Amino acid sequence: MHRKRLPILPGAAGMLMAGALFGAAVMMPAWADERYPPVTDELTKKECGSCHMAFQPAFLPARSWAKIMDTLDDHFGEDASLPKEKVEHIKAYLMKNAADTRWRSKMMRGVRKDWTPLRITELPYWVHEHEEEVRPSAWKDPRVKSKANCKACHRLADRGIYDDDDYYEYRGYGLKRGGYRDDDDYKYRRGYRDDD
Amino acid sequence: MKKATLAIALAGSAMLLGGVASGTSTAALAGSPQEMLKRYAEEAKAAGIMPEGGFSAERGKALYLADHKGGKPATPSCTTCHMKDPTQPGRTRTGKLIKPMALSKTPDRYSDPEKVEKWFFRNCRSVLGRECTPLEKGDFITFMISQ
Ligand code: HEC
Ligand code: HEC
Ligand code: HEC
Repeated sequence: MHRKRLPILPGAAGMLMAGALFGAAVMMPAWADERYPPVTDELTKKECGSCHMAFQPAFLPARSWAKIMDTLDDHFGEDASLPKEKVEHIKAYLMKNAADTRWRSKMMRGVRKDWTPLRITELPYWVHEHEEEVRPSAWKDPRVKSKANCKACHRLADRGIYDDDDYYEYRGYGLKRGGYRDDDDYKYRRGYRDDD
Repeated sequence: MKKATLAIALAGSAMLLGGVASGTSTAALAGSPQEMLKRYAEEAKAAGIMPEGGFSAERGKALYLADHKGGKPATPSCTTCHMKDPTQPGRTRTGKLIKPMALSKTPDRYSDPEKVEKWFFRNCRSVLGRECTPLEKGDFITFMISQ
């Protein structure tokens, strides 16, 4: 399971701390993948989440985020420009939480130091995880439209959840796990609200 | 046991997320579509490009529906992402839903000057390869108010 370091604190402080941690564990999705923590910066959520889901910073190395943020006026064939102050704020947040700031990130596998990937979907680990499990025709499904549409398949992607079979929503692209009858059944039983 | 814990956690996170659910609306509405129109009318007059009859929904419609040249190849028209029928929801190229552009369907549109200006700047440069004039912006909003 996921590794979690618990601080060892003496006496009352320890008790208080334990209480706070328990509280947090109830409020937060307990199974949230620690490898891809959800975006917590409000500006990033807003400005990088309007055309696609705001991707978690742990998916790309810092140099990639820097390049993406420096070239927003030509962003994968679109203009995504922002005022300079906002660019600097978002860039700092993404770089601080990037894949290469994390311990042994799988996303960094096979990413050589002299390569600055601009897409998550071209990273060797991402390609590897998706070539086996996803039928090629799924990428052409109009409901998917783009590989970058993570939420089409990972319904809880914006909460950083990608790896729990229970929470995958294959929606007919491949096999359907978790025994859900259809989308409505899935949403009902998961308590999921369609946010967008 | 596992299921029950998960259900509680989900309810908790749904509550947390409830407050920030809507992606398009901005918290504080600084203005109104009419104020945006007033601003663009002043800018158009100052630039000496305001025609006699003022803004026109017809011209706004033409701008919205036309295929343009000079922009980025993947986005020849506003309707690459927004729908030809502006009362229908559109989709970005990455598949995310865009609420209808018609004011009657999405009443909080064209009210936040910073948001309106940001998207005119980006989308006009993507589609037309240049910024829109104040006249084009006024025509566009006039069309969307009429829908
Ligand atoms: C105006 C719309 C728009 C905005 C705003 C936007 N993006 Fe994008 N983004 C796109 C498009 C279009 C693509 C390409 C999708 C495709 O090729 O299918 C993309 C792709 C990406 C990718 C690569 C996805 C992949 O294929 O792995 C990253 C990373 C990314 N954007 C980061 C950002 C960040 C960071 C921000 C905020 C500063 C942002 N985007 C804001 C439109 C946008
Ligand atoms: C067409 C559906 C589809 C799309 C779109 C998609 N994925 Fe996946 N993804 C899958 C499937 C299926 C798996 C394999 C599931 C498994 O291993 O149980 C997977 C696996 C993964 C994994 C591996 C999980 C782990 O344990 O590490 C990650 C990470 C991931 N996806 C991230 C993404 C991201 C980020 C995006 C968007 C940029 C994305 N996916 C888009 C279907 C999709
Ligand atoms: C590449 C996709 C795309 C294209 C092409 C596009 N738009 Fe948009 N537009 C968006 C997205 C995404 C938003 C922000 C989401 C939202 O407001 O619901 C948006 C928002 C807007 C807004 C802000 C509305 C408000 O709520 O205040 C205006 C104005 C606008 N677009 C005008 C245009 C015009 C004019 C064109 C054509 C010249 C155009 N758009 C072409 C994707 C696009």
